[in-house]
Amino acid sequence: MSVLVYVEQAEGKFKKSVFEAVSYAKAIADQQSTNLTAISIGDVADSELKELGKYGASKVLNVNADQLKTFVNQAYASVIAAAAEKEGANIIVLSNSFSGKGLAPRIAVKLKAGLADGAVELPSTDGKFSVKKTAFSGKAFAITELTSANKVIALNPNAFGVKENATDAAIETFAADIKQSDLGTVIKEIVRATDKVSLPDAELVVSAGRGLKGPENWGMIEELAGLLGAATACSKPVSDADWRPHSEHVGQTGIAISPNLYIAIGISGAIQHLAGVSSSKVIVVINKDPEAPFFKVADYGIVGDAFEVVPKLIEALKAHKG
Amino acid sequence: MKILVCISNVPDTTTKITFTNDNTEFNTSGVQYIVNPYDEIALSRAIELTEGGKGTVTVINVGEAANDPTIRKALAIGADDAIRINAAPRDAYFVAKQIAEYAKDKDFNIILTGRESIDYNGNQVAAMVGEFLDIPSVSIIKKLAIDGDTATIEREIEGGKEVLTVSGKFIASCAEGVAEPKIPNMRGIMSARTKPLTVVDAVAVEEVTKVTKYETPAPRGTVKLIPADQTESLISLLHSEAKVI
Repeated sequence: MSVLVYVEQAEGKFKKSVFEAVSYAKAIADQQSTNLTAISIGDVADSELKELGKYGASKVLNVNADQLKTFVNQAYASVIAAAAEKEGANIIVLSNSFSGKGLAPRIAVKLKAGLADGAVELPSTDGKFSVKKTAFSGKAFAITELTSANKVIALNPNAFGVKENATDAAIETFAADIKQSDLGTVIKEIVRATDKVSLPDAELVVSAGRGLKGPENWGMIEELAGLLGAATACSKPVSDADWRPHSEHVGQTGIAISPNLYIAIGISGAIQHLAGVSSSKVIVVINKDPEAPFFKVADYGIVGDAFEVVPKLIEALKAHKG
Repeated sequence: MKILVCISNVPDTTTKITFTNDNTEFNTSGVQYIVNPYDEIALSRAIELTEGGKGTVTVINVGEAANDPTIRKALAIGADDAIRINAAPRDAYFVAKQIAEYAKDKDFNIILTGRESIDYNGNQVAAMVGEFLDIPSVSIIKKLAIDGDTATIEREIEGGKEVLTVSGKFIASCAEGVAEPKIPNMRGIMSARTKPLTVVDAVAVEEVTKVTKYETPAPRGTVKLIPADQTESLISLLHSEAKVI
């Protein structure tokens, strides 16, 4: 019995959310008094794989096959499940990323495993193996018992944090048996905006709503986000009006996020919007309407016109940064 | 072209979520149910792709008879017929197995779902059905175009997008961008009453998960209001008190 963590690479590098998943998986391995093995698929340099040892992976399986250089959901799931069986791993951990959301259910079916996705805490292991996960679009949590022998857990970004736990990672080549029928999807193009912070795993988020009056006024939002190193987001009416792309829409029918800091500017705080952001650690609301429902769930608030407050906030932030 | 669209019956998005029986059960009292909003997007795209005699759209739901109004709503939007697998849905694994069992000997070219249900937020059913049927699955797609036997799909990735193609049968879970949700018109509502809704028995599935308790998020303290002309105080509170910048 051991724990296996899938470490998703992008262009040969691991992101913070991967190190977080490794830290989380290491804590589970400690709970179970067993070892942690990581599996990487794609072209990743040994020096980058060694980094995984810093967070507690004592072994790294490296799968670097030509057909698997870019993401193929079906084939990746087969390789991870095969590695779990070979390693005798009964707990498989991955990041609840876009790719992770496609992989975890397939792995769960292959291993006849219960799946907890959107996990926000370490499992509790007092007789039952239960995982707390988000439900009802952030309006609640479901304590989900994984009753099967094998278990798959997909961890929400920013839920656990990165924890160093240095060990020396032994890197092994893992020879994957790739079925042609698993290669049904073919990637034609990957577009990554490299100058922007990715929203789903951002630690800081600056978000704006209809109070901004039009897409031409987003300059100050982007400037504020740029100074903070934050991702930008928006409310549903804003993406519905095509002022901002759908990928920025947070809320019940958009994406749910849990950053350390969420700054909401000109967003009233409808229940559907709050659902997607209520697990943010700190919420700041800037709104000219003192009755805006968002103030009820905020930690800090400024009642004022965004067009006056935001430029002043930018000045104050510049002064703070010196 | 035959498209199967999987729909969930979920509480309306404005529902205040509460629990009963020592927080072990969702409190359904007074709750209005709707077609899961993401499933409406999938259904709307399926209807667009089959319009003008190019194919048919079947909707499938795993649930008890109480779900029939929601299924009729999907028929009113424009699905041709509906299947209800008669069982209370236990978890995504159970639901996916039911759908796969139904679909395995039918000749659906494409199966679509919403990206997630807004109650359990699983993102699980599409990929699980894909695995049960051993066909490709693509999760959280933003665009879907069909040309003959080949689909071109755009899916979201962190900080960008990926464009991919898939040939033959596949299943995909749809997010915003795939289609504008269609609103039923009067003719649709009238015809929905007479469209076929077939009830099918469920198959036995092993239990792999069980929700033992629900919790609601801890309430936050009262908001600390900062005067609009003292933005520097906010910055210093975020730095030294909240320690987030």
